[in-house]
Amino acid sequence: VLHTRRPLHTTQQRLAPLPPLPEKGGEVRYGLVPEEFFQFLYPKTGVTGPYMLGTGLLLYFLSKEIYVINHETVAAVCILSVIIYGIKKYGSDVAAFADKLNEEKVAKALAVKNEAIKDLETAVEQEKKEQWRVEGRSYLFDAKRNNIAMLLETNYRERLLTVYNEVKKRLDYQVAMQNLKRQKEQDHMIQWVEKNVVQSITPQQQKDSIAKCILDLKALSKSAQAAV
Amino acid sequence: LCAAVPLKDMKLLDVKLGQLPTWLAMRDFTPGGILGALRRGHDRYYNKYINVKKGGLGGISMVLAGYVLVSYIWSYSHLKHDRHRKYH
Repeated sequence: VLHTRRPLHTTQQRLAPLPPLPEKGGEVRYGLVPEEFFQFLYPKTGVTGPYMLGTGLLLYFLSKEIYVINHETVAAVCILSVIIYGIKKYGSDVAAFADKLNEEKVAKALAVKNEAIKDLETAVEQEKKEQWRVEGRSYLFDAKRNNIAMLLETNYRERLLTVYNEVKKRLDYQVAMQNLKRQKEQDHMIQWVEKNVVQSITPQQQKDSIAKCILDLKALSKSAQAAV
Repeated sequence: LCAAVPLKDMKLLDVKLGQLPTWLAMRDFTPGGILGALRRGHDRYYNKYINVKKGGLGGISMVLAGYVLVSYIWSYSHLKHDRHRKYH
């Protein structure tokens, strides 16, 4: 049977969260005697009972010299007075300092907890955003389909252009061939006609044509002289 | 409410004065039992006066006072010789 103030392990075993610490410890009067003693004696002897008991016990110990007064008593009195003076003067400051330390510890833990909560909340928001983004999948796929259709169209047109160019090249070749052939025939014919004409000019015809030219030139020179 | 709790499980404050010897005899005096009793006492004191949010001076001052008392009791046989009167 455990003698405890708070009920422990009344429910199923839980490791966390622990029950919080009690705010204040047990009451102690004059730093030496727990309050329960005063409450224990209150029904029978009222408020002054424990003090009377204390005084009686003290006088009994002194008179029977169960507590001897010697040099150590003087030392104890001096030490105790110094200690009590120190406590009375600086007690509250030390308590405030200790409370501040505790406060900082708790605040740090709380900060960690809040930090974790905030991080989880942002994670939840981002998750929701991702879910919202998923809804836009259809638009994404439409855009992709459009892109692909455009690619196919472009490719098809490029190939059309290639086909057209190839066919044109072949037809141009044929046309160029025909032109070349005709030109060669023309040139050859002209050359052949010229050659034959030159051959047909006999030496007699040549002398006649030269004489005629000279006569013409004389006539012209006469008319020219007259003009000048 | 006052069911038949076996004697050895009753708390000390509920034991009647006449039953005290029997109660004391039924306690666990093995080393493990003594250790358990010390630990229980320590945990009780610790959880009541020290393991709290705003502990006061009483927690340690009671321990020091108890130490002073016990050391006085242990050295009484030497202090007896410093008495001012022989017969009281």
